[in-house]
Amino acid sequence: MKIYDANKIIPGLLILVGLFTFPFLYNIGGAAPAPKPELPKEQKTCVQSLAFMKAGHMQLLNDWRDQVVRQANRVYVGLDGKEFNPSLQNTCMECHTSKVKFCDQCHNYAGVTPYCWDCHIAPKENQ
Amino acid sequence: MMDGSRRSFLKIGGLSVLGLSGVRVWNVFAATQEAGHEAAAEAAGALQWAMVIDMKKCWDYQEKQPCTDCMTACHGIHNVPEIADPKREIKWLWTDLYQHAFPTEGHEYPPAEAKGKPFLLLCNHCSNPPCVRVCPTQATFKRPEDGVVMMDFHRCIGCRYCMAGCPYGSRSFNWQDPRPFIKELNMQFPTRTKGVVEKCNFCAERLAKNLYPACVEVCKAKALTFGNLGDPTSPVRELLKQHYTIRRKNELGTGPNVYYIV
Amino acid sequence: MLEKALEGSKSYWRLLVTLLVLAGIGFGCYLLQLNQGLRITGMSRDVSWGFYIAQFTFLVGVAASAVMVVLPYYLHHVKVFGKITILGEFLAVASVTMCLLFIVVDLGKPMRLLNVLLYPTPNSVLFWDMVVLNGYLFLNIVIGWTVLGAERKGVAAPAWVKPLIYLSIPWAVSIHTVTAFLYAGLPGRHFWLTAILAPRFLASAFAAGPSLLILLAYFVRKRSKFDPGDEAFEKLSQVVAYAMCVNVFFVLLELFTSFYSGIPSHMEGFIYQFSGLEGHGKLMPFMWLSAILSVIAVLMLLSKKKRSQEKTLKIACVLVFIALWLEKGLGLVITGFIPNPFNTVTEYWPTFPELGITIGVYATGFLVLTVLYKVAIAVKEENL
Ligand code: HEC
Ligand code: HEC
Ligand code: HEC
Repeated sequence: MKIYDANKIIPGLLILVGLFTFPFLYNIGGAAPAPKPELPKEQKTCVQSLAFMKAGHMQLLNDWRDQVVRQANRVYVGLDGKEFNPSLQNTCMECHTSKVKFCDQCHNYAGVTPYCWDCHIAPKENQ
Repeated sequence: MMDGSRRSFLKIGGLSVLGLSGVRVWNVFAATQEAGHEAAAEAAGALQWAMVIDMKKCWDYQEKQPCTDCMTACHGIHNVPEIADPKREIKWLWTDLYQHAFPTEGHEYPPAEAKGKPFLLLCNHCSNPPCVRVCPTQATFKRPEDGVVMMDFHRCIGCRYCMAGCPYGSRSFNWQDPRPFIKELNMQFPTRTKGVVEKCNFCAERLAKNLYPACVEVCKAKALTFGNLGDPTSPVRELLKQHYTIRRKNELGTGPNVYYIV
Repeated sequence: MLEKALEGSKSYWRLLVTLLVLAGIGFGCYLLQLNQGLRITGMSRDVSWGFYIAQFTFLVGVAASAVMVVLPYYLHHVKVFGKITILGEFLAVASVTMCLLFIVVDLGKPMRLLNVLLYPTPNSVLFWDMVVLNGYLFLNIVIGWTVLGAERKGVAAPAWVKPLIYLSIPWAVSIHTVTAFLYAGLPGRHFWLTAILAPRFLASAFAAGPSLLILLAYFVRKRSKFDPGDEAFEKLSQVVAYAMCVNVFFVLLELFTSFYSGIPSHMEGFIYQFSGLEGHGKLMPFMWLSAILSVIAVLMLLSKKKRSQEKTLKIACVLVFIALWLEKGLGLVITGFIPNPFNTVTEYWPTFPELGITIGVYATGFLVLTVLYKVAIAVKEENL
């Protein structure tokens, strides 16, 4: 079988493949280092287990949001029966005092930009 | 101001007085408050927060010195932007003239003492709220727990149907990013963002801590009274018993829960 | 069949490119709105709905073009409409598309649009309006496309479209009724708070839709070999004539109730429209123009002799369309917010970016219309 106009088709295909894989290829060279979120120094544990937080903090925040705003319930019972005020600004960010050094570390790496900060006020960064 | 208020804890439902301080109090609050609610509901039927406003006390106080404490406190703690353009304004608690607040009540010869005087306006947290009825996403809803008409800013799509529905002009839309118009941020409370509607929340975040709404607490003239309408012994019911009161646009059947002593 | 839209004369392509450019300009303005917020519009705290929602309201009416040919054809066997049902249906498709786009551009948070489906709320009329509009769009696309496809092959339309066609008739009534209910159930907006709003919406829809359809059908007759037939024009003009008379009558009923009762809140909207309120009267010239054009149009349409002349009929249809656009696409929505809840007047006027977006949406709608009509006419010409 002969490909007609191979001299045009093959470079065309190559360009196409290049275009589609560009985002991936682009990231290979400058691959960002694995994120190193800065953990709180005074505190030992989060509101839930480390594994739970890593995988499910977005869902937890959604649940908090709904229980506070919609169910008028401002008590959250976390790890070891400890109670927390389910609040993004007043609880998460009290321990994780820097958004830049904590949340953003992972989010930049994962390529997510939660829109929460359009309204919720991030802690003042020290530098 | 906020430091002072944090330390003044008020009884809710006429049941318990709590004196607590420091950072740890949060948990205690939450627990007591729940108990308080249940007991109040048992004693007096459903809990419905309501407010009685005695404008005369406010005006008398203002004779001595001008005062905007309630509005400053409210807008301050809730990060309400200060936008000068009346078309783009955001208002949770504000004043307007008698004939504007009660357009169907007035006549040409108002009593001298009410003439040209400001009336304090806010969301009425209606018993039968049209804004809730029209909202296509339940972003605004009436909390069954305590009758507060709440907004879920996370869900609002900005269709502004509630603004057409509200006969009190209590709702404001964020025509633009509000942050540049907030002088001093309260780090404890979120702002809003362009494209959502907002209004007074009866200080839901303070009620949860057994605190009265900020406007009630800071009013030096004691013109604002807050309490449970369902409890016959509550201070608001006491005032309603003693005085002739009116509500804004009573005839529309919305059942406003803000009363004015005239 | 869509491939038929890919071949056309120079002027066809010129029209498409023009519409695309206008839609592009509108899109540019919309990007500005997304970035800046709705402050780039003339809307305000007091007049919180403006041009977008007004156009939406008017275009729901134009979508009645479909039912006004489908109903006589299928229920009363008015055979002369057989040829143009497709034109009516495709005009409805384009109109409802514009309606939906106007709702989207009016939203403060358009990316959350899906919340309407994620949290369905039966007590909200807006929720029902989304349901009936999307349903009507779907019905007309499916019916129009299937019937046209069958016609092309020279076979009868499949049996399953018949029930859909019958369903589309009451469904058409529902879009006008539900859209009127958006307004007619709000306490404190007295200009809208009237039981006759839904009948008014139906009457004005049955005049506006068919009048645009007449104009488009004349255009098609002139530019292609497809001829809807004089009788179809005659019958449609009858529909417009009756609907317009009823519409004017309903407005007079409103005026009677408001002014004979003398209740201020019922009169203020009309006073604002026709003589200005508290020194504000931006809409006055437009509302008077609407009233005068309505009367002239009715006079022209009432006489059978006059309306059977092509030229008179065309003029009358243009007048009806403009008069109703001024009434619904400008006056009705804005006046509902005047006076505001504090009994004072804040006026509204659209801004340039707002008009840009509006024109962009109209251009998109007419782009859809042009392509659909092109396909329909190509099929019709093939079968001549
Ligand atoms: C009481 C202080 C405290 C609060 C409140 C708190 N955290 Fe944590 N968080 C920690 C500590 C300490 C760790 C490290 C836990 C460990 O190593 O076991 C942690 C870990 C995490 C991790 C995992 C980080 C990693 O290295 O993978 C995430 C994600 C996280 N927190 C998010 C949140 C969110 C979201 C909230 C609010 C819902 C919150 N935290 C509230 C103290 C807190
Ligand atoms: C251990 C790394 C890590 C840390 C630390 C972390 N996040 Fe995340 N977060 C993620 C990842 C990964 C996702 C994306 C998950 C997905 O898309 O399924 C995410 C998603 C989210 C989302 C949902 C966003 C969306 O668009 O769906 C929110 C909200 C969020 N994070 C909040 C926070 C907050 C607030 C903090 C800081 C207190 C934080 N996260 C800290 C890794 C992290
Ligand atoms: C449109 C503005 C806005 C956006 C965007 C927003 N929030 Fe909120 N959020 C609020 C407001 C206002 C409250 C009410 C605070 C209260 O009543 O204490 C709130 C409350 C909350 C609460 C409970 C109370 C508190 O103090 O935190 C949580 C948790 C929450 N939001 C999480 C989120 C998360 C997670 C996101 C992003 C995925 C988000 N919010 C995005 C405005 C917003």
